[in-house]
Amino acid sequence: MDFFVQELVNGVTTGALYALVALGFSMVYGVLKLLNFAHGDLYMIGAFTGYFVIQWFGGPSALTIPVPLLLVIMLVLAAGLAGGLGVAIERFAYRPLRNAPRIAPLITAIGISFFLENSALLLFGGQTRVYNTPDFISLSSGLSIGPVTISTVQIMVLVLGAALMISLQLLVNRTRLGRRMRAVAADREAAEMLGINVNMTIAVTFFLGSALAGVAGVMAGLMFNQVTNLIGFIVGLKAFTAAVVGGIGSIPGAMLGGLLIGMAESFITGYVSSTYTNLIVFGILIAVMLLRPSGLLGRAQLQKV
Amino acid sequence: MSIDQPPASPPPAGPPGGPQVGADEWVARQSHRQEQLPAWLRPAQQLAGRVGWWPRLAIAALVAAALPALGLGGFQLQVGINALLLAMLALGLNVTVGWAGLLDLGYVAFFGFGAYGFALLSSGQLGSAGIHLPAYLSLPVVMVGAAILGLLVGLPSRRLIGDYLAIVTLFFGEAFLEFTTNVAPGTLGGANGIVGIDPIQAFGFQLTSNTGYFYLLLILLVATMAALRLLDSSRTGRAWRAVREDPLAAASMTIPVSRVKLMAFAFGAVIAALAGTVFAAQQISVFPPDFNTAYLILIYAGLILGGAGSITGAVLGGLVVVITLDGFLRSPTEAGYIFYGLIVVALLVKLRPWRKLGGVVAATVALGFAAHAITGAISASAVAGGPQSSGWIASAVRDWVIVPASPKAAGNIGFVVLVCLLIALVQARGWWRTALLPPAIYLAACVWEARLVAEPSITRQILIGVVLIVMMNSRPQGLLGSRRVEVIT
Repeated sequence: MDFFVQELVNGVTTGALYALVALGFSMVYGVLKLLNFAHGDLYMIGAFTGYFVIQWFGGPSALTIPVPLLLVIMLVLAAGLAGGLGVAIERFAYRPLRNAPRIAPLITAIGISFFLENSALLLFGGQTRVYNTPDFISLSSGLSIGPVTISTVQIMVLVLGAALMISLQLLVNRTRLGRRMRAVAADREAAEMLGINVNMTIAVTFFLGSALAGVAGVMAGLMFNQVTNLIGFIVGLKAFTAAVVGGIGSIPGAMLGGLLIGMAESFITGYVSSTYTNLIVFGILIAVMLLRPSGLLGRAQLQKV
Repeated sequence: MSIDQPPASPPPAGPPGGPQVGADEWVARQSHRQEQLPAWLRPAQQLAGRVGWWPRLAIAALVAAALPALGLGGFQLQVGINALLLAMLALGLNVTVGWAGLLDLGYVAFFGFGAYGFALLSSGQLGSAGIHLPAYLSLPVVMVGAAILGLLVGLPSRRLIGDYLAIVTLFFGEAFLEFTTNVAPGTLGGANGIVGIDPIQAFGFQLTSNTGYFYLLLILLVATMAALRLLDSSRTGRAWRAVREDPLAAASMTIPVSRVKLMAFAFGAVIAALAGTVFAAQQISVFPPDFNTAYLILIYAGLILGGAGSITGAVLGGLVVVITLDGFLRSPTEAGYIFYGLIVVALLVKLRPWRKLGGVVAATVALGFAAHAITGAISASAVAGGPQSSGWIASAVRDWVIVPASPKAAGNIGFVVLVCLLIALVQARGWWRTALLPPAIYLAACVWEARLVAEPSITRQILIGVVLIVMMNSRPQGLLGSRRVEVIT
């Protein structure tokens, strides 16, 4: 039972990360109907940003500034960089293809993902970078309820993740910007005719979604400690599926999907075998996509002719 | 763009007093809006137009067959084999993606399936003594297996469209990698792969030399091209294109959409598996990373570069990609020819009038010498590096590019600035674009000499990504394809 609860905690934390990435995926898919394969690589960029911020301020064991300030700088910088990059990608590569056949932006997205991965390889090298989180956030400082321990980093990921998701939900449902985003997602042409600045709205959506991926990257670096140029691919894949499992375009759906996938992964690793984790998760995902393509919280859409 | 030009000649006048019968007016007008090549290429286009498709195939095959006899050997022959393999894979992908319009991102797994299937059937891996089937048994078994697998993977295409299908097939590709790496390491070899695979053998004859595999692949490629050419104009081929353009309309024309999609998957899978068997036999070993996403993207780059939907385009794209990346990018000197050559060709094709072209070139050269002189006067070590490449181009640009004594950090910064500059260049219009060109070219040359030449394997991957992005944005029909008439809804 203790083991079960521990795995549950780990699963929920990983799931929160997936959910953050999935949110961005889902938002972008909502407004552009585009599968942004490069989204996972923005998560990678965020993780690298966090790593270099730590190095800049003296390295993990000899920090020159207080830890909370460091965390804020890491998160803000990563969010800004990933968000800016996301906007640049949209402006540069996706906007000219808005009216092209569906397959063209998809292949462009694959090209961008490949470009980003290998540019990171060129710039940062192929070796694994290590955050060394335990050096500045003590492992023993977390909560322990009986035999179950929750580390400080995990608490931080959960709290920040929940806060971001709630504020995003409020943003989309309660503000003028959110209303514009929903309008563009529902019907781009009609939105344009009603005087909504569609390009601006799409750019803002890209910024928000990509910034979330950047934040998730920093949190993943803090939690898993390791950063390479290839971490984005699989996470992007799982995040997309999280978005699909929950129902694409739906924000609560993306959160639910992320949590489910995180927990599934954690339980398979804990109870079955870590060798087969990815294989089994992929199998589950394929099954979900085949059996319920509209997702758990999504509604089946009628095909418009 | 040429599409905006007025028609070269007025549309054929219909019979007086009414619209032309039997031809949609709009389509009739579009047929005159064919792409105009630059004037100096037009004679070649006319000449090519006079020779039919089949004679052209025969000529190309004969030329390719003469290459080993003309002294192609060793490393070059291996590049040739790789190129033929990729051309074959691009052909198969063309069936699924180019004709049927189904984005199959697990395609490389069929290649892997063929390779692993052949490896298991012709090595000591299965049973105590192993199975050593002759090629006329193992090849059909593997191909039938691939067809069945293709049907299974294609099954989701009955329900899922577009993006969902892409992601399911991508999962299939990843699952194949995980499967071969982790499951049954005794049989599949795990990360160590399968080694000691028999060569292709039949009737007591063994194919062991690279020359032999070159010819085998050439024969298979030409045969596949011929078969696909016949298929293209058949009922099935037309059904594929109908489904690609509009599945709903196709279904209402009584085309069995699901079955047609499944056939496309199966055909692609069989061609990929055939390439896989030859790959396994020629390499004598297979490893899971041979079939990773990077290779998938290489196949896509070949197909997109040549033009999805065209047999010739897919083959040429595959050949060009491998010959450029494997053949020339390995040696810094030859890579320099490709790099500077591409810049010159791009300038020649894109910049008009000649005065503007001359101005840009002169400005670039002057900018380089000025920048080099000024930087050298401020700090000698900032220009102490010298080009990382060798050969006459390197000595020609020695006093032109700025390469610091420690080129790595400066090259990295330069790379980031270059990417920003290129984005700005694409966004800029009119006069600004011309003004940004010389610094962009110069910076590209500096980054090339400081960093990219020294890292050929990474440069290669970056180039593949760039090819996909640039082609999709500027010429989605590929280098050889012609612009399709798109009905914009």
